[in-house]
Amino acid sequence: MARELTYRDALREALREEMYRDERVFLMGEDIGAYGGSYAVTRGFLQEFGPERVRDTPIAELGIVGLGVGAAIGGLRPVVELMTINFALLAMDQIVNHLAKIYYMFNGQFTAPVVVRTVEGFGQLAATHSQFFENYFAYVPGLRVVAPAVPKDAKGLLKGAIRGNDPVIFIEHSLIYRNRGEVPDGEDFVLPLEGAEVRREGRDVTIVSWLRGYYLALGAAEELAREGIECEVIDLRVLRPLDIETIVRSVQKTNRLVIVEEGWKSFGVGAEIAASVQERAIDYLDAPILRVASVEVPMPYARNLERLVVPNKDKVIEAVRAALYQRALVPVAR
Amino acid sequence: MTSTVDGQLPGVALTKSELLEMYRLMVLIRRFEEVAAEQYALGKIAGFLHLYIGEEAVAVGAIRAMDPEDHLVTHYRDHGYALALGLEPRRCMAELFGKATGLVGGRGGSMHFADASKHFWGGYAIVAGLLPIAAGLGLASKYLNQRRVAVAVFGDGATNNGAFHEALNFAALWKLPVLFLCENNQYGMGTAVSHASAVREMYRKACAYDIPAEQVDGQDVLAVYEVTKRALEHCRNGNGPYFIEALTYRYRGHSMADPETYRSKEEVEEWRRRDPIVLFRQKLLAHNVATEEELATLDRAVEEAVAEAVRFADESPEPDPATLTQYVYADPITVH
Repeated sequence: MARELTYRDALREALREEMYRDERVFLMGEDIGAYGGSYAVTRGFLQEFGPERVRDTPIAELGIVGLGVGAAIGGLRPVVELMTINFALLAMDQIVNHLAKIYYMFNGQFTAPVVVRTVEGFGQLAATHSQFFENYFAYVPGLRVVAPAVPKDAKGLLKGAIRGNDPVIFIEHSLIYRNRGEVPDGEDFVLPLEGAEVRREGRDVTIVSWLRGYYLALGAAEELAREGIECEVIDLRVLRPLDIETIVRSVQKTNRLVIVEEGWKSFGVGAEIAASVQERAIDYLDAPILRVASVEVPMPYARNLERLVVPNKDKVIEAVRAALYQRALVPVAR
Repeated sequence: MTSTVDGQLPGVALTKSELLEMYRLMVLIRRFEEVAAEQYALGKIAGFLHLYIGEEAVAVGAIRAMDPEDHLVTHYRDHGYALALGLEPRRCMAELFGKATGLVGGRGGSMHFADASKHFWGGYAIVAGLLPIAAGLGLASKYLNQRRVAVAVFGDGATNNGAFHEALNFAALWKLPVLFLCENNQYGMGTAVSHASAVREMYRKACAYDIPAEQVDGQDVLAVYEVTKRALEHCRNGNGPYFIEALTYRYRGHSMADPETYRSKEEVEEWRRRDPIVLFRQKLLAHNVATEEELATLDRAVEEAVAEAVRFADESPEPDPATLTQYVYADPITVH
């Protein structure tokens, strides 16, 4: 059985269930308690679980993650929240030099199973609050990087992250919290932290994306279907470990690949996917692999300029047409 | 001063065997480090090698005061702490040699000793990075209603870093059982405290967070022991964190690559006159805790143990290449 939930409620359910299931699970982050969370994911949790398990912190991202690392080594299951991914830069030393290394560097003697929840997005928030940094984390061996697009995955992957033994960077998106979707019933609905999913089958072009990009891909696919172009849409779900095989299998069928990402194109997740796909399937490609990405400028505030920067459905449709040689092959966004 | 009872020191609640063990550990650390430097010169040890010579009293005094259940995280100058905890010299030396039999299988080297069975959660090599981790260990202890204190060992250089201030604030705000043990050895790499810190006394920085703090002579192992004992009780009894600044000195360079252009020979000689091992030895002899012969026997045993550690390290196998990608993730990965 399944119910329809919003992405936000799916996350809330996952956190609540795991907190009831395991006393060692606790939450720590800026304004998650009395304020209720800046995206209301933890609203009411302070009242329900108390201040020991729902801990409002100072604005000190490095400390938040670092305390999470220590608490995890000390036997707890911390779910720490970085209010937005932009602030994760302040915590990078703890994430990259400590969290990601502890299991390997100390020869497997102990792990630091910390879940770092954070969120990216945009909405006239200007240059320092509108960035997409999943590639920074996906670069690092030792981290798992999860980026769910649909409520089912938001719940199942978050539960999987909390129950797992590896550090997880769990990236949400501010513009999809209200999106709805089916979520299976039951507290034991837990998903493993790997594997992409083909969400729409098609023969002509493969579109790969994640988070909000997935909805752009789906929208483009539906529109193109009206004129007989059938896109296969893959939701990546997890960026590290990267499930290249699922993409390669799809490309072997469609022979064309478009990647939709909200980050800047250069040195991004899309670049990694393109490189890995050509290593394994260059003979199957009938067109260059194309990327739809953000224009490479710091994000401007003005609404019209911001709209020019980020990917949208029309840009995805253009890229698909380019991959089909229905229009000139020009750089999609630079 | 004369002792009232042979085998004891006035005002010190340690038995003769405990005192002699402290002496042995200090000599062991000294000898281990001297031999490590020789092995480095021979090319058996590579990378960074940060020696603890001159600072032995801090590790030995502090570890003696700790409970076996207490947590420990340290900076990268960590050999002394490992040895003071009683970890085998041969496994420590093997780690320096990059061998499979090392403390962490040759994966960490000099800077990343660890032993989970002793709750020694590692030496960390990004200055100040261990401090939030220590606060997190304290949080776990408090959350789980344990009576364990998290001991964080760091240098004077760390106190100028943001992670230090975040960790102290968290620990004080949440009254976490964390002992901040600052080894002020006068230099952050080659930069003198006076050139790096607006406040010359490290312990005074704790007052910004209302953390009780004091300075101790880090060349006096018993003084370090006594203050650590008191500080741990403070933390253990739910009073929140405590801060100790141990004044000490490293005789050798920051690492083996250090040209030591930043300090004078006279300064080093000045500190050597208050050598922690010589001071303790004199005290033990003056109060008839031990005889010259007893101490010489311990010295010889240390000499042999370190020689054996080198043989063991030298003869041990390198890590198996098949283990290269082991322990990146704890849970399975099936996608490619």
